[in-house]
Amino acid sequence: MKGIIGKKIGMTSIFDASGKQTACTIIEAGPCVVTQVKTQDTDGYNALQVAFGDKKEKHTIGAEKNHFAKANTSAKKCVKEFRNYFEEKNIGDTITVDIFAEGDKVDVVGTTKGKGFQGVVKRHGFSGVGEASHGQHDRQRAPGSIGGSSYPSRVFKGMRMAGRMGQDRVKVKGLKVVKIFADKNYILVGGSVPGHDGSIVLIQK
Amino acid sequence: MNAAIAYVHEQLTGKKEFPKFKAGDNVTVNYKIIEGNKERIQSFRGDVIKLQGEGATATFTVRKISDGVGVERLFPFFSPNVESIIVNKSGRVRRAKLFYQRGRSGKSARIQEKKRAIETA
Repeated sequence: MKGIIGKKIGMTSIFDASGKQTACTIIEAGPCVVTQVKTQDTDGYNALQVAFGDKKEKHTIGAEKNHFAKANTSAKKCVKEFRNYFEEKNIGDTITVDIFAEGDKVDVVGTTKGKGFQGVVKRHGFSGVGEASHGQHDRQRAPGSIGGSSYPSRVFKGMRMAGRMGQDRVKVKGLKVVKIFADKNYILVGGSVPGHDGSIVLIQK
Repeated sequence: MNAAIAYVHEQLTGKKEFPKFKAGDNVTVNYKIIEGNKERIQSFRGDVIKLQGEGATATFTVRKISDGVGVERLFPFFSPNVESIIVNKSGRVRRAKLFYQRGRSGKSARIQEKKRAIETA
């Protein structure tokens, strides 16, 4: 697996040679530092622990300081793991956007925007009551029946109801790498990416 | 605009330059048309009724009356299909978006030409 941690910057659009305009998302990806190499022998699985984004030393606890010191790097905000990395890396190595090329298809993982407590119409796509008259009053967006009465005398598990919406980990598959600005660590992927601007995303292949 | 997005826009737009114009100006846009393998230039002349957006995604809308029918076309500034823009006249208008032109025709749809300041030696 190839992978890098990035920060979503925002969206723009790009023209190809034939004049077709494509919406794309700008992601500031890396440089990331390898902070730990996990192997089958020592940890039971092969993975690379990767860190991204500086944070202030006063916000770093002692254990973290030592952990980052081993990789000879400053304290980082975000630490993630990539299983079965495509090439061998040692502790302290950096990973940059160079691992990807323009035209690659990548998966992007992010956390969607939180929507708060939402009703069933927005959260599950219910169509609502549909009529304002014929005895309906104040229940245009109500969920309707949630099950039988005497049998089964309970509400089935997983019944779709109102509740907290968003803030889920979502993976968008098969986004095209449109352009890479290696000197600024920017990568432009076609289409949209979950989360708000400034949120952490993982780019994998 | 966010500094990072501004940087990307700068890289994408390159050195393409256009004459300055505003809403109310009369412009001719020469744009490429691809028919099969052939490529030719077509021009569209009319009044600019809107300038929108910034950076690499900025667009403008040109309106003309063609055979008594109003025709509007939206051009992205940095589309590779926009060959050149020529400013024919600059108009005297009091707003940035001239959507009121859509309800007008004939004499009332005319835009007064801006009088240039007289240069004194």
